[in-house]
Amino acid sequence: MTAKIALEAKQLSLAFGGLKAVSDFSLRVPERGLCGLIGPNGAGKTTIFNLLTGVYQPDHGEIWLGGTRLDGKKPSAIALAGLARTFQNIRLFGELSVIDNVRTACGVRARSGLVRSFLRTPLFLAEERAMIERSYDLLDVLGIAHRADEQAKSLPYGDQRRLEIARALATEPKVLLLDEPVAGMNTQEKHEMRSLIVSLRERFDVGILLIEHDMGLVMEICEEITVLDHGVTIASGNAAGIQENPAVIEAYLGAPEPDEPPSQGPT
Amino acid sequence: MSAGDRRTRSLAERVTELRPNPLVAAVRSAWPFVIAIVIAFVLQAVVAPAMSPFKAKMLLDIGIAIVLASSLNIVNGMAGQFSIGHAGFMMIGGYAAAVVTYYGSIKLLGVPLGVDVPVIGGFMGSGDLLFLASCIVGGIFAAVAGLVVGLPSLRLRGDYLAIVTLGFGEILRVLVQQTPEVPSPKEAAEAGLGTMMSHLGGALSFTGTPTYVSPTPWLENASGEQTGHAGIFFTYLIVGILLVLIYRLKTANQGRRLLAVRENEIAAEACGVNTSRTKVTAFVLAAFFAGVGGALFAHELGATLSPKELGFMKSIDLVIMVVLGGMGSITGVVCAAAFLTVLPELLRTLAPMITNLIGVSVNPDAYRMPLYALALILVMILRPQGLFGIRELWDLRWWKRYVTPAWTKIAGGWLIPRAPKDRP
Repeated sequence: MTAKIALEAKQLSLAFGGLKAVSDFSLRVPERGLCGLIGPNGAGKTTIFNLLTGVYQPDHGEIWLGGTRLDGKKPSAIALAGLARTFQNIRLFGELSVIDNVRTACGVRARSGLVRSFLRTPLFLAEERAMIERSYDLLDVLGIAHRADEQAKSLPYGDQRRLEIARALATEPKVLLLDEPVAGMNTQEKHEMRSLIVSLRERFDVGILLIEHDMGLVMEICEEITVLDHGVTIASGNAAGIQENPAVIEAYLGAPEPDEPPSQGPT
Repeated sequence: MSAGDRRTRSLAERVTELRPNPLVAAVRSAWPFVIAIVIAFVLQAVVAPAMSPFKAKMLLDIGIAIVLASSLNIVNGMAGQFSIGHAGFMMIGGYAAAVVTYYGSIKLLGVPLGVDVPVIGGFMGSGDLLFLASCIVGGIFAAVAGLVVGLPSLRLRGDYLAIVTLGFGEILRVLVQQTPEVPSPKEAAEAGLGTMMSHLGGALSFTGTPTYVSPTPWLENASGEQTGHAGIFFTYLIVGILLVLIYRLKTANQGRRLLAVRENEIAAEACGVNTSRTKVTAFVLAAFFAGVGGALFAHELGATLSPKELGFMKSIDLVIMVVLGGMGSITGVVCAAAFLTVLPELLRTLAPMITNLIGVSVNPDAYRMPLYALALILVMILRPQGLFGIRELWDLRWWKRYVTPAWTKIAGGWLIPRAPKDRP
């Protein structure tokens, strides 16, 4: 497999005081690749997302997206460079309508500034229309177009997660970071979300990196999995290799029992 | 869900094919302003003359309150940055504008050096032009102050930001209180720039500004001359322009970014919204319009341009209008501004009724403010989210059912764009 690398993290380290949250973390997400990041609670998975998206700055290491260096940039600049994310604890623009949540994110790719907005120039009108169309298309893909005019905070939990993904995709990312996209969903919803995530790659030309506790989902769809424990990468590779890796089993089950592969992780 | 073989196209790919006809775009850009001019003209030429001078003055007060409250709505309501020093921007705009018209009338237009500075020229004469220029100068001075106050807002949130803006307003008030009195017209003719900028009348007031904003019906002069008192026209022209711009702000990217910052700053940043820039923009825009409002106030008949008038209480009045109207709701804040301007006067008219009822003569001022406060408390208990919440008049159910379809039928295509796709 010689796909081009979309997102690359090189030897990232971050310490909070004396606590090493992440040490020597490296990762590659190929273009249109689907990678997983797993590990027990508190392993540092979300911290890595925060490092990649500029919420924290790494003490060491580099982050590259295509030819752009991301570390040191503000989160908004990183999003514009083409790295979008969702949040583990959902963060929507609650009072705004569903469609406006997506339009806001679409708008960061628009060129018309304040004066054009005030004067409603042809470019502004065209962009506004394009944003509405694109937002509806995004909601269609995520299956929540029928709720476009509802307030975001009134959506059921599963749809809020979908809306977060739609909003992240609206920024036209090259790589999408999903933080526990199926957390709290039932089997049916998980199944739908799985086929959705897989379809996003073709439809939006994105690479995906996902954090998930649902091992079944991760093992099934991810081509490349990185396992993290206490901020240290303990294994990486394809699903089969990870499942047999003794270090991974120890991290999850706490005792070396090679007979029992960790088919279902703790929640 | 359809299979992923169809790509969802990017914004740039779509924009090229959606360019509207330039003629249609020009009409869409201009018509709200034309309507604003027509409404302002009708208010001045038809409505105001039919009213008593007292009611016409109320009309002016309402217009100015709308300008000030709507400008605060940008930063408090839309961007969610709780500022309680808005009267400070109003003060800067008001004093800057007063300096421009006072010295401008004397030095540029050469008014006779009497006791008072009169209004000069007829409608759109040299005096009116000077007054309009002063509104813009006031706005610009206030906008610069908005930039200065907006910068700390990047580091501060909630209560802390409120304290900074409060401090800003109070510092400004105290500074103006220390200034020496305004030179008389005779002295003013020789005053240098330093004197003009520093002699602001201290704790008393900036005296001598011509009253361009007065309810006197215009075109009504015994000798057939225009007196130039088109105060209602200019006030409502500015109200109209401001409301069109605020509506266009709210329904454009920049406005949605303000709302996004208010709703969830971390998520906004993650979506590519530069939150620092967004907040500073909100402060600068709000300050500019507050400065224009201050300029109107400075030239209003019966208004005293003094630090006492433009202190903390004025800021709180404006905050109440925004909160009562609904944070971020343009139409809600307009209604609240009008309502709260009229309410104290309405309560005053209750005095004769109460006197009749209990047989004892009552002083309206004794119960007016407590009742006003009580009314506010009641509204906040019954509708804590404000009159309209975040929504607008046109989001209400009856409006959507009756007005929107009719309006789309009349204006769709030319004046307003049709919905891009038919949606279930």
